[in-house]
Amino acid sequence: MKNNEGSELVDYTVIKMHFYAAVAFIFVVILTGLTYSLQFLQKYPFPGVEYLSPGRIRMVHTAGVAYAWLANGLFATLYYMVPKLTGYRTLSWGLGRGLFWAYNALVLGSVVLILGGHAQGLEWAETPAVLDPFIALTVVLFVINLLVPIFKARAEKMYVSLWYITAALIWTPLVYVMGNFLPQYFFAGTSGATISSMYIHDLVGLFVTPIGIAMVYYLLPVAMKRPLYSHALSIIGFWGLAFFYPMNSAHHYLFSPIPLWTQYFSIVASIGVHVVVYTVVFNIIATLASDWKQLIDNLPVRWIFFGTIAYLITCIQCAVQVTLSAQSIIHFTDWVVGHSHFVLFGTFSFWVTAWMYYLLPRIWGVPWYSEGLAKWHFWLLALGISLMQIDLLAAGVVQGMMWKALSPFIDSVAASIPFWWVRTFTGIMILAGECCFLTNFYLTWRESQQPRQIALETA
Amino acid sequence: MKLNILEKFSGVFLLAGLVLFIVAVIGLAAVPVWMVEKKGGSEGLPKSVPENFQDTYADLEGYHQALFRGRDIYIAEGCWHCHSQFVRPTANENLRYGPVSTSGESQNLLNLPQLFGTRRVGPDLSREAGKRPNDWHYAHLYRPTNVEPQSVMPAYPWFFEMVEGVPVPNADGKAIVAYLQWLGSTVQNRKESAYDYEQDTLPPTE
Repeated sequence: MKNNEGSELVDYTVIKMHFYAAVAFIFVVILTGLTYSLQFLQKYPFPGVEYLSPGRIRMVHTAGVAYAWLANGLFATLYYMVPKLTGYRTLSWGLGRGLFWAYNALVLGSVVLILGGHAQGLEWAETPAVLDPFIALTVVLFVINLLVPIFKARAEKMYVSLWYITAALIWTPLVYVMGNFLPQYFFAGTSGATISSMYIHDLVGLFVTPIGIAMVYYLLPVAMKRPLYSHALSIIGFWGLAFFYPMNSAHHYLFSPIPLWTQYFSIVASIGVHVVVYTVVFNIIATLASDWKQLIDNLPVRWIFFGTIAYLITCIQCAVQVTLSAQSIIHFTDWVVGHSHFVLFGTFSFWVTAWMYYLLPRIWGVPWYSEGLAKWHFWLLALGISLMQIDLLAAGVVQGMMWKALSPFIDSVAASIPFWWVRTFTGIMILAGECCFLTNFYLTWRESQQPRQIALETA
Repeated sequence: MKLNILEKFSGVFLLAGLVLFIVAVIGLAAVPVWMVEKKGGSEGLPKSVPENFQDTYADLEGYHQALFRGRDIYIAEGCWHCHSQFVRPTANENLRYGPVSTSGESQNLLNLPQLFGTRRVGPDLSREAGKRPNDWHYAHLYRPTNVEPQSVMPAYPWFFEMVEGVPVPNADGKAIVAYLQWLGSTVQNRKESAYDYEQDTLPPTE
């Protein structure tokens, strides 16, 4: 049976573990974000409680997105893609499962320590400095576990997803070590900010983005049963990313005391990325165009499509907002918050969810319990995140203009309150959508636990 | 099978994974960092206890410890996620906050790690020293809405202890205010702007 061969190659248990952890953490992430948003309405549910202070909850929210929810989701898909693409098992299944427990224990430890007041003072690296060496160690072991099968298959032709995965596996530990240790212990102030800005960008650009694109390049042709539109375009897309993305760094601190030529350079490189993105997006859309009908009746394809459109929108935004004239108004405002939510939720979270919709029923051996719940999940999230993005972009422009006009600062806060109400509302939409998913997830899982006469062969 | 270098494991691993990344790190991190470090220019920690803290801290060492403790609290509470610490040469920020930030002013141990920040829910704090009295900060930290009813800043009652029914700043409360009153204190002419910090507005033009 083909299924048995597959299970020899791929460790489905570790994939399930990472997906289950991801589902648990998406609720932590959404609930902390939603709670934090209430502070902006002067309606915080735990005022004056030290260990649930909004400032600490905020760090659990952002660090949770990167290290808990997305990392678990991306790791799960890697444990599937790498053996399938190379034909070799990962170095050790035991190591993979052990790393799952070690990594997630470190994530939970970070949550406890951040709430206890031991966060690290570096953006997107708030995981406590005392845990950072251990996180770095688990990441290195994880990389070795997955690089071994790729290395064994090095003489063969590599599928496009595998380029992205290979590069991301090398970049991730380098980026992590650079961003968590150099500005923490060695370089203060402006020097530290130069490195931090590179880290902030690289965590998205060299860890989440390449694995995310690999996920789409793998899943889209497989789920649609259609070939990828163009191999040549994917070469341009990959090398464009590898060339331009690492040079984007300083665009997170424009108009700062970082040497101006560094800032100019990163602006040009950021615009370069946006040109490269078109090749990737065109490749995906052209593949979709071979059979548009699947957008309606093929669940994972629908999630990939929305994520791709979100990716296109954010990358066009990036090229505009990275210019100094736009930065003058929108930097430090809610615009940036809206942008980052659309990138990490609208694009990459949608792609991870696409994978869950594809892979979980195949692992469980039963189809999704309810198509209705799946549709509610999609539409609540898609509308929620789109509305949040529009709302926060508008808020950002209002704030930036009022600051430039030298209005009293508190007036810009008062003017933002209606926007912050809408933001909280969109957060509730997203929470409701994920509750639909959790219900569907549970009911499908329960179905899979029922004794069956024959093993189901799902397509 | 003959493969293009761009599609081979070695190309992807060495050229994309290592070479391009390292080139970017050298070009856009190491070189600017070297330039900033070479320029230097920071005065570092204060050489004496400022007047408004002489009652609180008897000796310079205690004051220095309080600055570091205040900095740690600023990090732990996530203050830096809603308050930036650099003034940009654009959008009239020099009028609102004071002189534009220079690279040298943050090259000291209190800025390790750097706290530039990327979001302003509240105003920039890099020119905060001396703008407001200590008591304003205590009242504000205890319950921001008492000072500014529309404020969305959280309250920090754990910086205070109750003495006969009155909140009095504890060691943490004193340390965070010492730190806030240090921010930008080394910057020359930081009050040269016509902006009225107390009223948070520009004076009417004639």
